[in-house]
Amino acid sequence: MTTLGQLGLWLALLIGAWGTFVGFYGGYTGRPELIASARRATYALCGVLVVASIGLLVALLKHDFNVAYVANYTSRDLPTVYVLSAFYGGQSGSLLFWAVVLSLFGALAQWLTSRKYDHLLPHVAGVTCAVTLFFVIVTLFAANPFERLPFTPADGSGLNPQLQNPGMVIHPPMLYLGFISITIPFAFGVAALLSRRLDTGWLHAIRKWTIVSWLFLAIGITLGMWWAYVELGWGGYWAWDPVENASFLPWLTMTAFLHSVMIQEKRGMLKKWNMVLITLSFLLSIFGTFITRSGIISSVHSFAQSAVGYYFLGFLIFIILAMAVLLWLRLPMLESDAHLESMVSREASFLFNNLILVGIAFSVLWGTMFPVISEIVRGTQVTVGPPFFNQVNIPLGLLLLALTGIGPLIAWRKASVKNLRRQFAVPVVSGGIAAAILTALGMGNFYAITTVSLAVFVVGTILQEFVRGVGARHRLHGEGYLQAFARLVGRNRRRYGGYVVHLGIVIYFLAFTGQAFRVDLEASLNPGETAEMQSPWGHTYAFTHIGVSQYDELNRLVSAASVEVARDGERMGIMKSEKRQHFICSAPIRPCPRQLRKPSFEPSTEAGIRSDLREDIYIVFAGVVEGTEEAVYRFTLNPMVWWVWFGGFVLVVGGVVTLWPGTTIRTVGEGDTQGGYAAQLLESKSA
Amino acid sequence: MHRRDVLAHLTAVAVIPLAGLVRAQEVPAGGAQEGATGDRVAAPELYDPFRVGRPRDRVTDYENDPFIVGLESRLRCTCGCNLDVYTCRTTDFTCGTSPAMHRQVVEMVESGKTAQEVLDAFVAQHGEMVLMAPKKEGFNLLAYFLPGTAVVGVGALLVWALAKRRGRVAAATVAGDTLSSEDRATLEAELSNLEL
Repeated sequence: MTTLGQLGLWLALLIGAWGTFVGFYGGYTGRPELIASARRATYALCGVLVVASIGLLVALLKHDFNVAYVANYTSRDLPTVYVLSAFYGGQSGSLLFWAVVLSLFGALAQWLTSRKYDHLLPHVAGVTCAVTLFFVIVTLFAANPFERLPFTPADGSGLNPQLQNPGMVIHPPMLYLGFISITIPFAFGVAALLSRRLDTGWLHAIRKWTIVSWLFLAIGITLGMWWAYVELGWGGYWAWDPVENASFLPWLTMTAFLHSVMIQEKRGMLKKWNMVLITLSFLLSIFGTFITRSGIISSVHSFAQSAVGYYFLGFLIFIILAMAVLLWLRLPMLESDAHLESMVSREASFLFNNLILVGIAFSVLWGTMFPVISEIVRGTQVTVGPPFFNQVNIPLGLLLLALTGIGPLIAWRKASVKNLRRQFAVPVVSGGIAAAILTALGMGNFYAITTVSLAVFVVGTILQEFVRGVGARHRLHGEGYLQAFARLVGRNRRRYGGYVVHLGIVIYFLAFTGQAFRVDLEASLNPGETAEMQSPWGHTYAFTHIGVSQYDELNRLVSAASVEVARDGERMGIMKSEKRQHFICSAPIRPCPRQLRKPSFEPSTEAGIRSDLREDIYIVFAGVVEGTEEAVYRFTLNPMVWWVWFGGFVLVVGGVVTLWPGTTIRTVGEGDTQGGYAAQLLESKSA
Repeated sequence: MHRRDVLAHLTAVAVIPLAGLVRAQEVPAGGAQEGATGDRVAAPELYDPFRVGRPRDRVTDYENDPFIVGLESRLRCTCGCNLDVYTCRTTDFTCGTSPAMHRQVVEMVESGKTAQEVLDAFVAQHGEMVLMAPKKEGFNLLAYFLPGTAVVGVGALLVWALAKRRGRVAAATVAGDTLSSEDRATLEAELSNLEL
């Protein structure tokens, strides 16, 4: 099967090159046979890459350890689910995964896009084939997953224990899906530039793709946070690590893009900016892989590094240059149809929202790259860690939170004082009251007070929108409140789904505030001994060490430390944290005899976690003293962590609402400059 | 359930968390009320200590000392893990570097060094890279101030450009504004309905 896989890759190389050529040339000349060939090339490319992927999956499942990739990332006793996830767990497999998923998205874009946009599709095929071709080239010439060893080991090295977690089965694919799917909106942007069809058509064609990309990125990032929290054992979920930052960057620019396209759709403005944003998002998605794979910056997530970084660097430079030239050539066609009329308008607030989002993206990128810049400029290596990122980004994040409440409520074109009073009086007063209560109660943390009061303000604006909308339907159509709510959301899915997404963001912010109140305690305990600590909510927890038990699992030797937990004197139950020593077997004998077991990695730690709405109890078994059952623990009380996952859930629900089929959105027609009767009236009167 | 009861429940749900967060201010940073109680007896031997990894020392008061924890949070472990010393020594139990750096910090604090002197000693030994954030001086100032300055600068530029454009548009509108008050009222009504 690996021969078939290898053959699939070589065919993908040829088909990808052909698809790229006929896509661009067919789009340029408009010759129907070339256009049809480009479309067929995207389907064929997908087909051969699926065959290549099946080849790798079969090699993994059959434990063909003669294949270097299989030997490096799996072992006989690795559970099947992790054998399958090893497909994208290593570098060359992840590159093949990228190529096959991108080819699938490329084919779907050709298949699902309305015939209205036929003029864009040849160029779209050209771009998707070209990007897939790049990944096929890297896979074939720099990181081939089908490479064979000169010998066949009895067992593989196994998968890194940190990757043997359910979160890692779904987190990387989600993040990859987010990264990869950005290529489709980017391809439509390039197609619009090449075909000179720069009205809002391309934006309509990519609307769902954009939300899908953004949603996958959001899910991938949240799952990554969850994985880091349960698996890495430091008790946090975000450490501003370069790889985490790399996943955050395209999400920020895609969020900015999602907002700024509304301005182009409604007012025909920000055309250049939208092109820049989608290009930037695409570049940052590639940059993420460059950071992960090049090893240019050290990261706890850099599980594999090699020379593929140079390929990515070359590709990034090529895209930057090509897009700069293309944008420069099309600049005259990207002039706005209308201009901003007031600083107190929705357009202006969206513009500032974009400024803050891109500002945060810049500060994250700047901080991530600063060690490299410092080394080049000063010859001195520096570390840019969480203290820097928190200091620079928290103020920007709070500004963004404020704009989350302001943007959706402010009127288009120009807001009157009456409009401002009507929309903001209640939310502003609510936020002010929240701040006053917290200050009066003696809370001294400025950022926590600001976050909570801004959150109250934003929630106030969201609730007000729902209440007013439901009330209006109830009065105008005589509908019951529930029916009015369902129809209000059903008929304005993008708008109200967007509000739900904003609610998810607010929940995230509140949950992040909890980290300011985290408490830790280290203790070494004999069986029967108890350590006590006080939680931020005022509870007293008692942790009584029960003992350490040792037993064998499928591919690991386990030492489990058990702790009885009581809160305010009331027994809560027993929690367990483990040390795991993974092993591989020197011979294909099952069960593996003790003398044939070889440790495959350093012992890893599994934290014991108990979540509730207020705080998590997080227990880490650090080790034992003098080979006895006297255990060393780190106990952490982590406020509000559950809300991070709930915020992610709410955000996904909002995203799904906006994606739900059947949404009708009033926007300017293709080629129109303004939306609605009112705007046209103004145009005709001003003319 | 009466409306008053519902409101009382809602108020409780809203106020209890806030009150709890306020109480959180009273908890000292880095560690709360701690202590081990109970009769200390010799712990039984483990069946296979090798499985548990690197042997650990007994925890002393220094491990939870907020001053030491605070200092260690500003120092990077030099083992290549990318974590600060405190996080590394309480997370990556295969690392021998962070426990050694912890002992160095404890020794320096015991010898009466101030926080800055401890940090300076580590910088002298390992270079500036040992700090979790660059010093706020010289070229590093660019790291801290460029993002904020860029956002403020671009924002100011935007406002300035808009004000300039509005001035031009206003001058043109005064000359050619033929919108009647009736049309303007219709327009405003339409605009207010545009989003419903």
